[in-house]
Amino acid sequence: MADLTFVRHEMVPEQAPPATSVGPRGWLRENLFSSPLNAILTLLSLGLIWWVLSHALPWIVLSSWTASSLGECREQIAAAHGEGTTGACWAVIRERYLQLLFGFYPSDLYWRPLLAFGLALLALAPVLFTALPRRLLWLSAAAPFVVPWLLWGGSVWVPVCVALGFGLGLAALRVVSAAAGGLAGVIAAGVVPVLWWLFLAWVAAGLLQAILPFGITPVESRAFGGFMLSITIGLVAITLSLPIGIVLALGRQSNLLIIKAICVGFIEFIRGVPLITLLFVASLLLNYFMPPGTNFDIILRVIIMVTLFASAYMAEVIRGGLAALPRGQYEAADALGLDYWKAQRLIVMPQALKISIPGIVSTFIGVFKDTTLVSIIGLLDPLGFSNSIRANAEWNGVVWELYGFIAALFFVFCFSMSRYSMYLERKLRTENR
Amino acid sequence: MKNPVFLGALTVASLVAGAAAAATLDDVKSRGKLNCGTNTGLVGFAAPDANGDWQGFDVALCRAVAAAVLGDQSAVEFVPTTGKTRFTALASGEIDILARNTTWTFSRDVDLKFTFVGVNYYDGQGFIVPKSLGVSSAKELDGATVCIQTGTTTELNLADFFRVNNISYEPVPIETSAEAQQQYLAGACDAYTTDASGLAATRATFEDPTAHVILPEIISKEPLGPLVRHGDDDWADVVRWTLNALIAAEEYGVTSANIDELVANPTSNPEINRLLGTEGDLGAMLGLPADWAVKAIKAGGNYGELFEKYIGQSTPIGLARGLNAQWTEGGLLYAPPFR
Repeated sequence: MADLTFVRHEMVPEQAPPATSVGPRGWLRENLFSSPLNAILTLLSLGLIWWVLSHALPWIVLSSWTASSLGECREQIAAAHGEGTTGACWAVIRERYLQLLFGFYPSDLYWRPLLAFGLALLALAPVLFTALPRRLLWLSAAAPFVVPWLLWGGSVWVPVCVALGFGLGLAALRVVSAAAGGLAGVIAAGVVPVLWWLFLAWVAAGLLQAILPFGITPVESRAFGGFMLSITIGLVAITLSLPIGIVLALGRQSNLLIIKAICVGFIEFIRGVPLITLLFVASLLLNYFMPPGTNFDIILRVIIMVTLFASAYMAEVIRGGLAALPRGQYEAADALGLDYWKAQRLIVMPQALKISIPGIVSTFIGVFKDTTLVSIIGLLDPLGFSNSIRANAEWNGVVWELYGFIAALFFVFCFSMSRYSMYLERKLRTENR
Repeated sequence: MKNPVFLGALTVASLVAGAAAAATLDDVKSRGKLNCGTNTGLVGFAAPDANGDWQGFDVALCRAVAAAVLGDQSAVEFVPTTGKTRFTALASGEIDILARNTTWTFSRDVDLKFTFVGVNYYDGQGFIVPKSLGVSSAKELDGATVCIQTGTTTELNLADFFRVNNISYEPVPIETSAEAQQQYLAGACDAYTTDASGLAATRATFEDPTAHVILPEIISKEPLGPLVRHGDDDWADVVRWTLNALIAAEEYGVTSANIDELVANPTSNPEINRLLGTEGDLGAMLGLPADWAVKAIKAGGNYGELFEKYIGQSTPIGLARGLNAQWTEGGLLYAPPFR
């Protein structure tokens, strides 16, 4: 009996995959041409991309960088690339980019806003990235006083005295709590610094300046403009709106009637009014409410309004995060015997904030972009400045180049914020998937 | 600006502000700076140059006032204002003078409680159309689409003009002049209407200006002038006579080039001598130094020099003097005597 059974003794050598499923061809087939419909869509998309690029690229590349007016731009482009070519006039950006970035800020002091924003980023870093050494947090505490001093200049004693107010508040909290109980301590901690700032801080700063003069050239708010203005407003509104928003969100959930009513009223009022209305109030109406002759800085007014606006939205975003937490988390915190603040700090907020990250960051991005609305009340942000630049006879008629430059810069800022939020979400992804 | 409640509030508030800050001249002197409300950007009239210095025809007037009052034409704080913020900025005292191509109208003068101190540019609303449209008069624009800036007097003038001539049009509302230029060039409207000075500036930016014509009809009166708050006549006098000094200087042939010569060697014309302070004490009557007008004229030149420098035939805007010529040359500029 012939033994017909076949037993393979060695492994079949691995075969190369079919040529249609590897390499660039396989990738194309799998990702772009996997079905007739996808193939058609791919071709259509390629056609669209080609159409856009074939119109935009020549315009971007066949451009003039050296002209001193729009007319000269056109002549240069016609001379270099033939009559009838339309190209970008990037010369306007070359001549005016410093204005679009810094506004009317004195050019020999450009280092100050640069240093201030660098410092602000450095101060935010330990808050944003927990891997950094904790000692940097001291810098974060100092930045709110150093950054405005660098931007506006003046006597060094003003920020020192303002900072002293917080120290006084802390001291009042300690002393009064020990002497007259917790609630009195909290009230004293609120009242003492306000009294200090309203009446004594300026006198003290003036005295100290007289005794030990030290200051840098003051720069008026009118000189602020361009991206510097947007970043100043955006940075302050973003950093302040988160804590204020958290407080408002907690207040809205509070059992204390008055606190709850105030928070709900504030949030609903601010959310019910367009930002542009608040800006008009800041720039026009406040002038009438204040005694004549008072000079309440216009940028400060705008910053306050934008911050309030952002805080109201932030409060609702965070309330969404709070609402998403299961009831059990609150009860677990109670079961552990934690008091209200400890429960919020250790259990509720870390989870609620994590849930809210996408909403928080999109509020940030929205606030940053909303800063362009200040051009309507006559502040020269990048958009306002593009209008002023066009008002020069040389550059009248330049539109796309200026808007393109501004859009590119805004994109850089907003895209990095968005990437940071994705990083944060990945880092905080602790639950099982 | 049509809301009566708002206007009422503005009026009350401006009364309060006006009464409280009466002595603007003293304020300016003690501050050492003139706060001048200007346009955020209008070709030929106000724009920041590459160094961040404001330049333009309206701006030059503020510099002249600063030179007359403070002796330094650079002692001006320019406050860019928009069409919406300009009147409150003036009424609330944020600015001392508004030189922002503002049309002198009855309601602004009377109801809003401002004092227009004169006219530094006589403008009027016109139309620009592509030559290919084949239109030679605005009355032939029946059924045309017209690009128009919303919320301005030009919108109302346009409606009046078409109603009077019993023809129809379709408005294309736009927000800024830059948008208007783009829309017009893209063919979104057959005609674009705004002040004639703006049309000239717009046409100058086109790749082929000769393909567009500005129609001969001027359908409105737009006397543009500087204004101050009601109730401070001393300050209004200072601004009014600074403007008059610039105009009179052109009439008498006093220019920034020959003014030093004329001051050093007074002429036999007493009017010029009084203007330049070498005779009489006109400056003291205003509360200013005797050479106030000399400083004002030296700041940028007389009216004609300023016109030529910023908006005249030698600039890309290329406006003719037209109504803005001296009365001796068929225009409307007529400075009262310096006596």
